[in-house]
Order: sequence, then C-alpha cells, then structure tokens
Amino acid sequence: MSEQNKIYWKGLEELTNEPSFVANAEKEFASVPTAPSASSNTLDGLTGQRRDFLKVMGFGMAAVSLAACETPVKKAIPFLNKPEEYDPSIANYYASSYADGGDYCAVLVKTREGRPIKIEGNKLSSVTQGGTSARVQASILSLYDTERFKAPTVRKKETTWAAFDKEVGEKLAEIAGGNGRIAFVTSSIVSPSFKQALAEWIAKYPSTNVVVYDPVSASGILNANKASFGSAFVPSYYFNKADVIVSFSADFLGTWLSSTEYTKQFAAGRKPTADRPHMNRLYSFEANLSLTGSNADYRAPIKPSAEGVYVAALYNAVASALGRPTVAGGSITAHKDTVAQAAKDLVAASGKSLVVSGSNDVNVQLLVNGINELLGNYGKTIDINTQLLTRQGQDADLAAFVSQAKSGGVQAVIFNDCNPVFDSALGTELKAALGSVSLKVAIASRPDETTEAVDYVAAAHHYLESWGDAEPRTGYYSLTQPAITKIFDTRQALETVLLWSGNTTDAYKYVSSYWANNVYPRQNSYGSFRDFWNYSLHDGIFEVGAPSLRASTAGAVKDSTGNVVMPEVAGVGPFERASPHTASFSADVNAAANAVDGTYKATSTGTDLVIYESIGLGVGRDANNPWLQEFADPVTRACWDNYITIPQSLAKTWGDFKVNEGDTILANLKVGGTTIKVPVLVQPGQAKDTIGLALGYGREVAGKAAKGVGVNAHKLLTIADGAAKYFVANVTVEKTEEKYRVAHVQTHHTIMGRDIVQGSTLNEWKKNPAAGRHIVEVTTGDKGHVPATSMSLWPGHTRPNHAWGMVVDMSACIGCGACTIACQVENNVPVVGKEEVLNRREMHWIRIDRYYSSSYKEGDSLSMKEEAAENPQVVFQPLMCQHCNNAPCETVCPVAATTHSTEGLNQMAYNRCIGTRYCANNCPYKVRRFNWFSYPQNAENFPLNFPTLSDLGRMVLNPDVTVRARGVMEKCSMCVQRLQEGKLNAKKESRRPIDGEIVTACAAACSAGAIIFGDMNDAESKIAQLMDAESGKRNYQLLSEINTNPSVSYLTKIRNTADKA
Amino acid sequence: MSLNRLTSRYWVRIGAMAATVLTLHFSAIAQDGAATPAPADGAAAAAPAPAAGGGDAVAGEAVFNANCKQCHAINEQVVGPALRDAHKRWPSDKALTEFIKYPQKTIDGGNAYAKGLYDKYKQYMPNHNFLKDEEIGSVIAWIKAESAKPVTAAAAPAAADGKGGAAADAGAGAGIDSSFLTYILGALVLVLILLIAVLGLITTVLTKYLNNNENLTEADKEYALDAPNYKSFFGSKAFLFVVTFIFTMVVLKAGFDKVYGINVNTGYAPTQPIPFSHKLHAGTYEIDCGYCHTGVYKGKSATIPSVNICLNCHNAIKTGSPNMQKLYKAVENNKPIEWVRVHNLPDLAYFNHSQHTVVGKIECEKCHGAIKEMEVVEQHSTLTMGWCINCHRETVVKTEGNAYYDKLVKLHADKTNKPMTVENIGGLECSKCHY
Repeated sequence: MSEQNKIYWKGLEELTNEPSFVANAEKEFASVPTAPSASSNTLDGLTGQRRDFLKVMGFGMAAVSLAACETPVKKAIPFLNKPEEYDPSIANYYASSYADGGDYCAVLVKTREGRPIKIEGNKLSSVTQGGTSARVQASILSLYDTERFKAPTVRKKETTWAAFDKEVGEKLAEIAGGNGRIAFVTSSIVSPSFKQALAEWIAKYPSTNVVVYDPVSASGILNANKASFGSAFVPSYYFNKADVIVSFSADFLGTWLSSTEYTKQFAAGRKPTADRPHMNRLYSFEANLSLTGSNADYRAPIKPSAEGVYVAALYNAVASALGRPTVAGGSITAHKDTVAQAAKDLVAASGKSLVVSGSNDVNVQLLVNGINELLGNYGKTIDINTQLLTRQGQDADLAAFVSQAKSGGVQAVIFNDCNPVFDSALGTELKAALGSVSLKVAIASRPDETTEAVDYVAAAHHYLESWGDAEPRTGYYSLTQPAITKIFDTRQALETVLLWSGNTTDAYKYVSSYWANNVYPRQNSYGSFRDFWNYSLHDGIFEVGAPSLRASTAGAVKDSTGNVVMPEVAGVGPFERASPHTASFSADVNAAANAVDGTYKATSTGTDLVIYESIGLGVGRDANNPWLQEFADPVTRACWDNYITIPQSLAKTWGDFKVNEGDTILANLKVGGTTIKVPVLVQPGQAKDTIGLALGYGREVAGKAAKGVGVNAHKLLTIADGAAKYFVANVTVEKTEEKYRVAHVQTHHTIMGRDIVQGSTLNEWKKNPAAGRHIVEVTTGDKGHVPATSMSLWPGHTRPNHAWGMVVDMSACIGCGACTIACQVENNVPVVGKEEVLNRREMHWIRIDRYYSSSYKEGDSLSMKEEAAENPQVVFQPLMCQHCNNAPCETVCPVAATTHSTEGLNQMAYNRCIGTRYCANNCPYKVRRFNWFSYPQNAENFPLNFPTLSDLGRMVLNPDVTVRARGVMEKCSMCVQRLQEGKLNAKKESRRPIDGEIVTACAAACSAGAIIFGDMNDAESKIAQLMDAESGKRNYQLLSEINTNPSVSYLTKIRNTADKA
Repeated sequence: MSLNRLTSRYWVRIGAMAATVLTLHFSAIAQDGAATPAPADGAAAAAPAPAAGGGDAVAGEAVFNANCKQCHAINEQVVGPALRDAHKRWPSDKALTEFIKYPQKTIDGGNAYAKGLYDKYKQYMPNHNFLKDEEIGSVIAWIKAESAKPVTAAAAPAAADGKGGAAADAGAGAGIDSSFLTYILGALVLVLILLIAVLGLITTVLTKYLNNNENLTEADKEYALDAPNYKSFFGSKAFLFVVTFIFTMVVLKAGFDKVYGINVNTGYAPTQPIPFSHKLHAGTYEIDCGYCHTGVYKGKSATIPSVNICLNCHNAIKTGSPNMQKLYKAVENNKPIEWVRVHNLPDLAYFNHSQHTVVGKIECEKCHGAIKEMEVVEQHSTLTMGWCINCHRETVVKTEGNAYYDKLVKLHADKTNKPMTVENIGGLECSKCHY
C-alpha cells in the first residue's frame, strides 16, 4: 500500500459534513414525503380533505367491487395479412445507423409488433464497435414524440404535400429563374447518397450556396490540417494504439468528435491483466472537470486563455527532448512538472502516443499537429487518409452566409436538419436577417427555434423511419433502414431534396442505386448487387477501409462569377475527394506559435467562462427527450438544469458560499453586453478563475420537456478568425440573494464513509495484485482472525443451474451513463421530473456514483483534507441491485414479495408488494426505488413521463416488463426478461446458453466493456474465468464485511500514475 | 340425566347417516374417476389398427397429410374431388403422377378426363413438381390402400359421431358404460333407503313389544321407553353452537368461493364475429393447431390467425357462405376481423406458449380443454395462479433429448429418485412469471 491514505467523498457536503446532509444521508427516504408540487395540494388529483377522502374511498370500494364482477370484453385483433417474417411477441432486429447532427453510431433496432423499442450497438461496425451512448439509447423516444411535425406546414398551418410542393417549387423556380441566391444550410452530411442528391439540387439550382456548419465545430482542426497536409479534414484517431495520451480540453470520452468510438478505444487500454500488465496513461489539461479529465491519470486545471501557452510549452519540451528546434512562447509558471512529465512520457512512447486538443483555434491545433509530427504519430495513432466525416462545418461559412443574408443578398434559404437560430453563435443575428429572405424553408422532424423562424416546414422522418446511408469515416459505409413505417404524414429529407431537384425516385431506390453504382464496385466478395445489397443491409455496414481515392479536383466549387457555391469540405460527395495524403507535414509551426504567443497568456487576472457540451443533451437537439433531461451529468450529478460551475476559490470570496444538496443561489453572469441569471454549483476540480456553462439548454421552441429548462449558452459564443470560440475571457459573475434549487442526485443514496471504492496504481498492482483491497477480518474465539466473509448467519442458497452475476471493472468504466438510459428504456423506468428528484426520488435502477478522492497523510488536519478538493481524483462506480445471496431485503419483507431464486437473482414480485418499504430501509446499497405516485398515469403531476402518457408514447414500452403501479418497490432485476428469453431459446434448441448470448441492457450498452455479465456456473464463460483469475486480487464485493455475498462484484480502480517517492 | 344419553344417541344416528351419505358421495366420485379413462383406452387401442397397410402407404399418408389434405379427402369432396378409387380413373399410375405434378399442363394438353375435372371445379390444382416421383407413388399406394377399405361409419353424414361410435364399439369389451354405473349407484341408494325404513320398522315393533312387556326393571324401562325430548334438544346450547358454527362456515365458504371466483371466467364463451367451429376444423378435419395459430410453437403469443390464413383454404371452400363474405369484406375494406378475446391472463403474469408447447411438450388440450369438440370456444381452465402453480408442482419436466436439462437431471438424480418436476428446477419462483 502507498503510504498515503485516501478518502472518498461524493460531494463537498459530505467532505465538510453539513448537518442537514448528515441527517438526510442517515435515512433511506427523505424526511418529508411531500406532494410533487409544494404549491398544489393534490395527491393524484384528489384534494386533501378528510371528507373528500372518505367519499372517494367509499366510492372507490364500491366501484372496485362492482368493476370486479364484470370482466370487460377485450378484443383480439390479428393482422389482415400477416407478413411472413413477422410474429407477434417475437422481436426482430434491423441493422441501421444513427446519425444525428455530428453524432454517428452503427445500431441494431429491436422491434416488437412492428414498433422499435430498443437500440443496441452494432458489433460488426469497426467504427463504433457495438458501443452506444446515452443519446443513442434515448433516441428511440424521439420517434414517439407527440410534438413532432405531423404534416408539412405553411406559416404554421398544416397542409398537404401536393400543395406544399407546388408552392415551394414555384417560389424556388422563380428565385432560381432570376438568378437569386439560394442558401442550403445543413448540418454535416455523413450520407454519401444525400451528397449526391445535393449535387442534383445544385445542377437544378446553380445559384445555390451550400453552407455546412456544426453547432460545436471542428473548424480549428479542419483548417490546421489544411495548413499541415493541404486539405481540410478531421483524421481518424486511434486511442487504442496510444500508450500515452495528452488531451488539451478535448473531452474525447464525453463529447469530442466521435466519443463512442474513442471510448471503446481508450477503455481497451485500461484493463490490466496478468497476461497484459499494461495501461495507457492519460494527461488532461482543462478548465472544467470533464469526463476525460475525470478519467485522467494526471489532470492539470488550467484557464482556457492559457491553453495555447501550455500546448507551446509541451511542444518545446518534446522538441528539446528530441533535439529539434523549439518555438516561441510556452513559458509557464504552474504545472511545470506535469508538462515535463507528459513530455518525457510522450517522447518515450514516440509513435505510440497521441496529443489532441479541443481548441477551435487553428494555431493551437497546428501546434498540436506539430507535436504529433515530432513524435511520429502520423500513420500510427493518427490516420490522415481515413478521415472522420462527421464534422465538416466551417464556422466562417456560416458567418459569411449570415452577413450575406443581412445585406439582403440571399433570396431563399433551406435549413436541413439543423437549428442555427438556436445552436450557433450567430443565432440572434440570423433570426433578424431572415426577415429579408423571401423564401424560408426548413426540413426538420421536430419544432425548433429555426422552424419557428421560417415559413415552410417540410416535416421530415425520424431516422428510424428513413432509408439512408452513412460514411462516418472514409471507406466505412453503413446503411440506415426504416424499422417502422412513417407514423405521421412526413417525408424524409432525402426525398424532399430529390423531389425539388426534379427527381421523383423514392429514397430506397435512390440509396440502393447509389450503392450499386458507387459502393458495389469497390468490393469483389459478391457476384451480384442483389447479394451485396442484402448482406450489407443485414449487417448494416460495409467497410473497405481507407479507399484508393479518385484523382481529385479538390477545392471549393465556384460559379461563373467566382462566388463560392460549395466550400471545400472533406468528403462532400458530389465534389471529388481530396487526394490521398502522402504529402508530408508542411505547416509553419513557428508562425502558429507566434500567433499563439500573442493570443494566450500563461497567467491573467480575469475570469474565463468555458462553454461546453453536456454529456446528456449535447447541443440540445434532443432537449425534448425527458430521459436525457433527467439523466444526471456524470460529473456534477445534476439534472433538469444548466448552471455555472465555479471553483471553490471563488465560492470562498462569496463569504464561504456553499451549495448544500442543490440548495443554491442564482448569480448574474455578465458576458460582454449580455447578462444572464443562472444557478451556481461549486465544482471541485474547476480551474481557478474559470467557470463552466453547458450548451444545449434554454430551448424556447422544443416541446414540453425542454421548455424553460436552463439558459441558452449558445448566444454567448463568438466567431473570431473564422472559428467559433468556446470560451470567453474576462466575464464577471456576481452572486445574488435569490435562492434556487438544482436537482442534484450526487448525495442521494450515499453510503456514508463505508469503504466501497477500492483501488491502487499500476505499479502497486504489479507488485501486489491485491493492492488497494481492504480485506476485513473478524476475530473468532477458536480460529483467530478469519475473513468476515467466512462466517454467515444464513444457510445460503444453492444455485445449481445458472448463477447469474456481474463484474464491474471500475478501471474501465468512464462514467458516461449509457447504461443508465439503456436500463431506463429496457425496463420501463419512469421519468419523475425535477421536483421529485429534489425529493430524492429518482427512479433509475442503475446509477453511476461519482466519488472524488483526495490523498492525505496521517496527522493532516481536517482543513488539509478539504483543501484537496481543488483538484480531486475521480472514480466512477456503477451501482445497481447487488443481488445478494444473503440479502438483507429478503428477510424483512412481511409478504415475501422479494425472494431469492435458484439462479442467484433477488427477485421482486410487484403484484405481491404492499409497499412497507422495509426492504429499502434494510438495503445497505440503497438501490431500491419506491413508486411514491402513479408515475405512469398521473399526467397532471408528472406530465413529462412521455413513455406512458399517450398511446404514441406507450409504443416505446418494453411489452415484456410490467409498468409498475403506485405503492410498490422496484429495483434492478438483472434484466430477468432477457435471461428468461435466452434460456427459452436455448431450451428450444436443446442446448445450454452460450456465453455472451444473454446480456443485460447495461452490459450491452457499455462502450467501455466495463460491465461483464454472465453465468458464473459456466466454466467457459468470460465472467467465470475473469472471477477465477482475479479472485483474491482485483475482484471484490462491496461491503464484504457484512457478508451479503452479492452476485455483483467489482474490479479495483487502477490508475496509471507513477509512484511518488 | 337422560339428556346426555339421549343426545349421544342422536349424535350416533346423525353421524351414521352423515357417514352413509359421505360414503355414497365418495364412491360416486371414485367410480366417475374410474369410468372416464376407459373409453379413452379403448380408443387408443383401436387407433393403431389402420397402420397395417404396408411401408409405402404409411409414407404416403404422411406426404398426403403434408401436401394434399388441405384440399382432398378419400370419401368427401373438399376443394377437389374425393380420391376414393382415383387410381382407377386414370389409365396408369404414371399418367396420374404426371397429372399431380403438372395439372395445368395436362389439362391444357387436351386430356379429356382432366379437362372434365377442370370444367367441374373451375380451377387448376397447383403444380406439385416439388414432390419426388416416389413420394407421389407412395401417396397413390396409400389411396389404393384406403380405397380397398369398405365405406363404413366414416361415410355417414356425421363423421364425428361415427368415430365416437367406433371407439365405443371397440372399447365395449374392456370398459364399463358410465350409464351402467349410474344404475348401480341408484340401486345402492334404493337399497340403503329400504334398509333405513326396515330398521325404523323394527324399532317401532320392538318399542311396542317392550311397552307390553311387564318384566322390565325401572332402569331398563326408562332407557327403552323414554320418548325423545326434542324441545330440550333443539334449545340446547350445544345444538345452537353447532348450527351457528355450520351456518357461519357455510356462509364463509360461499363468500370466499365467490371472492376467489372474481375474474375467474371458466366457461366464458363469447359470441365471435364469425361462428368459427374448432370442432369442425381441429376435430373433424384435424388441422394442426399451429397451422392457424402460427405463434404457438414460436413465441409468447399463440396468435389469432390473420385473414390471409383463413383464405388459404376459404378462397375455394364454402365461398358462398355469408360468414366467408365477412372475410372477403375484411380484405376489401382493409380492416381486420375483431375477435373477442377468450383467455385473458393478467398483464402482470408472463406466459409463453412456446415454452409449454415446444420445451414442455404439453398438448394444447391440457389447458384449453377438449378444443376439438368445442363448437364455440370457451375458457376451460381457471387461469388462476393456483392453477398454474399446481401444474408446475405436478408436471414432470420433459428432459429427454434436451441437452439443456442434462446438468439438472444429473443433479436431481443425485438427490432423489423421484421424477424431476417443474417445481424442482425453480418453476415456482416469482420471477419465472412476474417481471
């Protein structure tokens, strides 16, 4: 063991032992079981009068007895003509692709009775490799959003497609005839066939100007690569090939570029085993405590206005170690050791290292490219030929378009799948400029601020209703196929664009003919296109790797008058691809360094505001998804709001201001001329003199769930030097006296001071595989000291057949929360809303506890322990029902509603539960959730529980899982419906289940592979072998000292930090 | 003094009578129980008889059932003609085989007999060129074998009755007719009533005799001649207690039965939009359940057949019936038939048909009753949890040939010699059905 001790704490309240926090933490349920809203005195629609209560009771009794006598007649309505491949109660899976703005994921869509109910990752894809994110998991609910566009609208009135097409078509023809400018504003297009359709559009309307933009852009990277390699592109990064990774504010595990892919890659290097006792090492320089920073081995909190200096410092350190010329600037005063150590590690791992930056400043990115070039990472951990195509937007193009529109130079504008009025830096200006545009059309599936500002809305399909394709990386194709017929009178964007270009082909034919002409010739495995198409559609993907690119005429497309019709964007289909990059790195690093030196200051006095994408909502495209709104941020653990995160140093200047369990105040945030009022959270790890604010909130036109939630941070962004800047220097923040409550789950269900997080460092672990473990022993009269687990009060249970179990690798878990949403979808977990979360009644069956830790030496004073909170280490621990074999909950249930199965499950029979809540009180892991109200049906108090409140919403429910009623307890069932289905399939085929065939929803959703599920009785299974290998080493059960003997166990958190002497 | 003795005597009498009634009751049950299986045995014994037809014909029957039965029968005209002596109507088996493989070709080719068939039935039989010549040969062999059998009960209008009769005939030697048992029971009851009457008479005679007898001691006289004191008996606390007790018990029993019966809809037989007869389809025509209920071997739901399944046959059979018009209307209007659901399991219970039919190899009749005899389908079982649990306690798991169970069988055999029931492998655990 290291000489230092560690304390783990979930929030500052816990570290400082706030009295009210302690009082609440000691109880399983919060003290006041209030009605959901303090202002309304209603309980499920009844006023709380005694007489009324008696009347209703009496009536209820009579009604129940009467109703019970008469069984209602139910209809059974079969198909008229049953399709052959299709059987009620049997799930079909369709391979498809999720592409939403800049996010891409290869998915399998599970459908039951013709309706999609669950998204799983497609393991055949080598891009996302079967991983998913919380947003991908939640996207299924957006399909059943009752607030989607139901038909095309003209000035907010629904109309028919024929009338709509006629009106828009005539106007387009008129404008095109007069050679008026048409702007086609779109989010990054990853669909090659859509790009071809766009070429047809341009052929028909040559005066079209295509504007590609991304809400969070990669302009900096695009332009840096243009300067470095001759064309603008985002390369493919391979974090799995890197031993040392340095990230400058790039949250590649959370939101940066293709984070699902990077999570898969990164986590592969975080699982040390006896055979491969090796881990990658991650350095993070950032202001906010991001998911990446949370998982970093070394984290240096820096101001964003100093970031360039740190990049230059690292460049110089690497260059001098390699004997190469250094650049100007880069003199730092803080974190010198960290930079020096990072440089040393990078140089030692040349060609097996990776430096990335989230900065949108081309000069910073050029320096980063320079470091990677020095280290010889190109061609090894960075592939410039296989390019990432999900970020193609140039902020400069959007700016140019807006200024052109302002000056009246744009006659028509088409917005495709984007919402620049809300999610761009120029939203307000754009909205004003639209007044002078005569034809304003949006192709969108849901109402947003942009559709509100236009006259014509071509209602588009949800991706689960569409045909399409995607090429997220050059040469890595995938297909999108509909999993349900269109629900409303919508038309997919591809067909709309084609139709207006004069092509009446439907989307299916168009995509398949594109594939026949462009993709099919690139393979020789299949002799006929039919076979090729069917297999590709079945697999969902077709990958040929980095293509041999066609000879290119790269560059912007200009019309006769020299106007830029189509900016140069990597891989935008109709325009030839960029040539293969055999060219060497040719950027002027010195010039970049000089520019950086002029812009960034190592130290400054002002406060910097960092504007970041939140893990749940991203840029807010899915803000009307209540699952994502209730999804607690992995680091701050707050939901249903955005807020500024302030460092403790700032809180101290506010008279030792504290946030106790979400009880906080509003502050005035002044950015330039704008002042917004926003709640405050004190965030450990937040760099000094910085504050953070998330994008994606403050939607005005989005729907019930998004309305009035948070403030809009997009309007604080600025575009400078052709790129949006995601921080603002010199902002002021002033506290006000207005009180506010942020729904904050981090301190709920806390396990006070118990030793449940165990971990060590790589070097310690190499010396002792059980490093960091705390094995609790008890003293017996006859045998002396024995492990606590060797003695039991209970006879135990036998598990002769299966013994389902789970191992959670805390080293691999990055805390992204995809499992939480996957579980919510799979198990019909209700949305309870902000008020109920404040009442500590969130319902998630799996939560990811986020612990901060700080080291202290014996004898340190209490205040020293508190000081450690400035830059704590972070551990994520997913916690679900542990399925104890000596379960404390089972013994206290007076009606035997929770019992043990012979397969090791702690089973919960809802129909037997009478709601005494004894089980929850007795659960040492605090994983049981109580239905305080009828969440599924109480539309009055829980209007945001979309999945159960309307016929359309209910289509998302998993028909194999009961929707729980008021007054019953619920908890993780280990997806027993999946276990039963898997066993039945095996029985029908007269065989034992194969390992990996049965997985829980959380394990299936996990990109990091941190949750290993299986049958511990099956010696061949991964879990049995892992537990065997790690027994007495990294594998441990939580609270083993009370010998509940859970079926869920954990692997210790191992960090790759060098030991301090 | 006398009361105790008196009451005790009455108790003895009441007890004796109660015992008699109970004995009668139980014996009746026992005999019913014994009587039922008898005809079934007889039927089972009779069933294998037609099997003795030669290897070729046996294979032919299987091919016939798989491919021809939907449209043809031996003695009846279904969609196509009755096949009795079909082979005699063709010049050679080869010509018949050719016709079966390519009917339209044969008809259009100018074969007069085939042309005649077409004129009569106004439709082509589909090509059966997917069948091998040997298979068709075996079908012809089977038709020959069937044609050789005399036209017996099966030819009578009520085919099902005929079959029942045949079964009864076949079983006559072995079993006892249940009506015969009823007569025996009636006779026994009569004998017992006579016995009681005779005993009563004897008592009266003896009492009279004792009345006239002078040589009795006082004690004997008191005992023998004491007239029963009914008033004190009916007024006694013991009597009132017993009556109250019995009354309360009966009311409680009735009450509980009623409450337990809520939502138990055994016998529920709603009128369906089309009076579909399972007796005809499943019984008489022996169409496999899975032919219409396509999900029954696949998934949780057995599924109500869609209209296209009905039309597989009814595009040709009984097309004129007003009920069939409902099917055609449904197709025309693009509106499915809205059947009334008979079996309503509560949502909180998960039941999977394929688990029971494929893995458990349970016959449909086990839960759905004598479906082959139901003109209108009714709910046969209670569908209560007690009913489920009871079956899981009693049913032995069908482990043979299923490798999934090998491990469990071994573990079970190590523990006990008793057969392995569903209960033994966790079939009573909550989350086997509730999740």
